[in-house]
Amino acid sequence: MSETLYEIGPVEVRYPGRAAPALAIAEPLAVARGEILAIVGPSGAGKSTLLRVLAAVEKPTGGQVRFGDETLTPARMLSLAARRRASLVFQRPILLNESVTDNVAYGLRVRGIHGAAARVQHALSLVQLSQLARQPARTLSGGEAQRVALARALVVEPDALLLDEPTANLDPHNVSLIEQIIRAQHTQRAMTSIIVTHNIFQARRLATRVGLLLNGALVEIADTETFFERPRDERTRAFVRGDMVY
Amino acid sequence: MNDLAAGFLRAIELIAAGDASLWEAVGLSFQVSGIALVLAALGGLPLGAWLGLGRFRGRGLAIALIYTGMGLPPVVVGLFVYLFLSRQGPFGFLGWLFTPNAMIVAQVIIALPLITGFVMAAVMGVDPDLRRQLYALGATTTQATIAVIKEARAGVVVALVAGFGGIVSEVGAVMLVGGNIQGSTRVLTTAIVLETRQGQFDRAIALGVILLVISFVINLAVLGLQGRGTLVKS
Repeated sequence: MSETLYEIGPVEVRYPGRAAPALAIAEPLAVARGEILAIVGPSGAGKSTLLRVLAAVEKPTGGQVRFGDETLTPARMLSLAARRRASLVFQRPILLNESVTDNVAYGLRVRGIHGAAARVQHALSLVQLSQLARQPARTLSGGEAQRVALARALVVEPDALLLDEPTANLDPHNVSLIEQIIRAQHTQRAMTSIIVTHNIFQARRLATRVGLLLNGALVEIADTETFFERPRDERTRAFVRGDMVY
Repeated sequence: MNDLAAGFLRAIELIAAGDASLWEAVGLSFQVSGIALVLAALGGLPLGAWLGLGRFRGRGLAIALIYTGMGLPPVVVGLFVYLFLSRQGPFGFLGWLFTPNAMIVAQVIIALPLITGFVMAAVMGVDPDLRRQLYALGATTTQATIAVIKEARAGVVVALVAGFGGIVSEVGAVMLVGGNIQGSTRVLTTAIVLETRQGQFDRAIALGVILLVISFVINLAVLGLQGRGTLVKS
């Protein structure tokens, strides 16, 4: 039996001025240590909201998320130590106006870990950007910036890597490279990855389990083969066939 | 025109001769304004960041007050500081009226809203998602806020330059609360007023030239530290 890292829900996130919840997962969803879970769904389905809650960047307005032995609720934030066990990579990487090395080292610096040049160098080599270590981050291309953002998240060796559309708008070379890195981390470190994407092909290539999120609700979740070959829900079938407009 | 040209020539002579009373006023000007700038920055930097990044009830009112403060007439500030520090005033026991301390208090009050307002605008210009990204990388709220201020450093430098410019050049407040006492509270701006009233235009011009040149050099040095403050976005 695999160790559970996350137990998500029942959980709800509502925003002021919006009648419908942005996220409303009714049945508890367990995420095991070492699995790659892909959450697919159209734009506005609540995928990014889910990741922000999992990263404890945002508190739910109802329900709870259990992470390790701590619980995030509307009234209780995770401890700093627990929050630092997860790293979130955003769709749009915003790098600090510093060198590539300093950007990658940021997570270490805020944890009080200084002089960890070897770790930074290793993270940069993972994303194949060692040659740009001294370069100002502002000079990078979009794909390079996203790879730096990934290195910045990996350098702290998180238990959970949360990825929000990490390859949207990137060229095939960068997409392939980022997917390779995620797979390698999964194999070598048994790191848990939760990736939200509207790209069903990417979900199929990467994930061990896939879930469909629609209007904030989890419609169906299954192992990758079942999700794509024998989906139970008509909406999942429509999404997998590409019939769902988004 | 002849008076002006003669004044400039005399100014150069005075500067070259190292006139003691002239350099005394120079020294006190930068001592008072320097201390006031540091104190105003210590308050204005965190206050500006808080107003720029925070979301709380009354924020709009606080911002309106800061904007009003950015246009405070120095002479009005001087009047209120005078009343508070005068013997009958609530802080009269300090005995600060007609001392450099009173001038520093007045200049802090003038510079604080300027620095706060410019810092607030600078941090509001930083991508709002940056804080969230840094937070998601394990930063505490304080660590993320410091990083945002660093990203806004170009605007922060402008805030400091504006604050310094606002106080080193003002005359109304320091005249009222300092009293323009030679050897004690006479600074460049009050000395310029005095020399002009006495018809000593050459000395007034000399003081004016020195004020401009030193301000220019200080601002040049500060701008050198500014660096480039643009965020990187893919």
